Amino acid sequence: MLENYLPVLIFLVVGVGLGVGLMFVGFVISPKKPDSEKLSTYECGFEAFEDSRVTFNIRYYLVAILFILFDLEIAFMFPWAVVMGKLGWFGLISMTIFLGILVIGFIYEWKKGALEWE
Amino acid sequence: MLEILLILLKIVLIVVPLIIAVAYLTFMERKIIGYMQVRIGPNRVGPKGLLQPFADTLKLLLKEVIIPTNANRYLFLIAPILSLAPAIAAWAVIPFGMMEATETSPAKPLALTNIDASLLYILALTSIGVYGVLIAGWASNSKYAFLGAMRSAAQIVSYEIAMGFALVGVLMAAQSINLAEIVNQQSGGIWQWYWLPLLPLFIIYLVSGVAETNRAPFDVAEGESEIVAGFHVEYSGVAFAVFFLAEYANIILISMLTALMFLGGWLSPFESIPVVQDWFTWVPGMAWLLAKTCFIMFCFLWFRATFPRYRYDQIMRLGWKVFIPITIIWILVVGVAIVMKLPPWFDAA
Repeated sequence: MLENYLPVLIFLVVGVGLGVGLMFVGFVISPKKPDSEKLSTYECGFEAFEDSRVTFNIRYYLVAILFILFDLEIAFMFPWAVVMGKLGWFGLISMTIFLGILVIGFIYEWKKGALEWE
Repeated sequence: MLEILLILLKIVLIVVPLIIAVAYLTFMERKIIGYMQVRIGPNRVGPKGLLQPFADTLKLLLKEVIIPTNANRYLFLIAPILSLAPAIAAWAVIPFGMMEATETSPAKPLALTNIDASLLYILALTSIGVYGVLIAGWASNSKYAFLGAMRSAAQIVSYEIAMGFALVGVLMAAQSINLAEIVNQQSGGIWQWYWLPLLPLFIIYLVSGVAETNRAPFDVAEGESEIVAGFHVEYSGVAFAVFFLAEYANIILISMLTALMFLGGWLSPFESIPVVQDWFTWVPGMAWLLAKTCFIMFCFLWFRATFPRYRYDQIMRLGWKVFIPITIIWILVVGVAIVMKLPPWFDAA
């Protein structure tokens, strides 16, 4: 059972190794002639006006929070989905109630305008 | 020790064709879009331009890697690796076909490893990819990169929800979380594949896949004409190449997952059609799987040549206000159909 996961672990190591290896090869064989203009931040030919860690739209943050809620929901539905054929009506109605509560929250945020981008 | 060497050999057998596939996907992209726009596309390097991908790779390897003075050096270098590693490692659990049962062993899927929770593993790994984008945009300390990363991350997580709900529908229909088992559940002919009973989920999965990989028409994160190149504007040389590799490996991964979950994987499309099915028994299952994958990849390129770019508010509206409600409704429909054992799809389970 658990030995089935060994190849997955090795594959993960290979994936990271491939990235590190490629970057390393690139650094070794590429030319290095830095100068201050070349290393400055790209801003369409201008000097950068200010640091780029500026304030950003709150909606991105809101989307991230909503994502966590819904993604948890999905993670919760995975085990249910696999056995729902055996659970029958009881399982389906339980999940409908659970989804219903989520949908109420979803409608609330929709009406509040959390999903509006203009 | 021998066992680990054997596993490494199998990994090479998956990763090397994958990288060649990525190289030629970029070539086919330029060729196909060229012909769709009545151009010829690359045709100078090698016969018919077939060596173009190798020329591109060499060029990128030989270019200077620029690390801007304002950037966070280490995060800047970790980001491409963080986006490539999951795109490669997700292939660990993909089954490429079924091995016939022999006297010594029962039929088992042709895969590096056949873990029970393979779909969960893929969902987990594809979710990690967004960190590469976010870290790249943050570490670059450039306004374009930062804007692109924010847009890209918000878009990826939004469509991941629709994608996740579509996956739940597939799991319900197959009653399994194992990819090989999901394919085997679809046997019995082309109308038994899940694209038909789960048609809305199939379409949503495909469109979300395009949005997840930041491809046109959902490529506002790159938007060449607006924010130059999005999160990887400060990357050059091999660091850029690694991002590129990750993006195309993800496209191939999503195409193959679509083929496995909705188009019957390695099952023949002529199954259970009398007479005709006997003509195609010699075709190996893997050939069907690859043909279906190539079709979906072609669709990715086709979309890019056909559709104009969406506006950002339209993208978010489509993800949150159209896809999520449809998937929730269709999950309930499928649920009722399964509990009532509705023929012809759900009577077996």
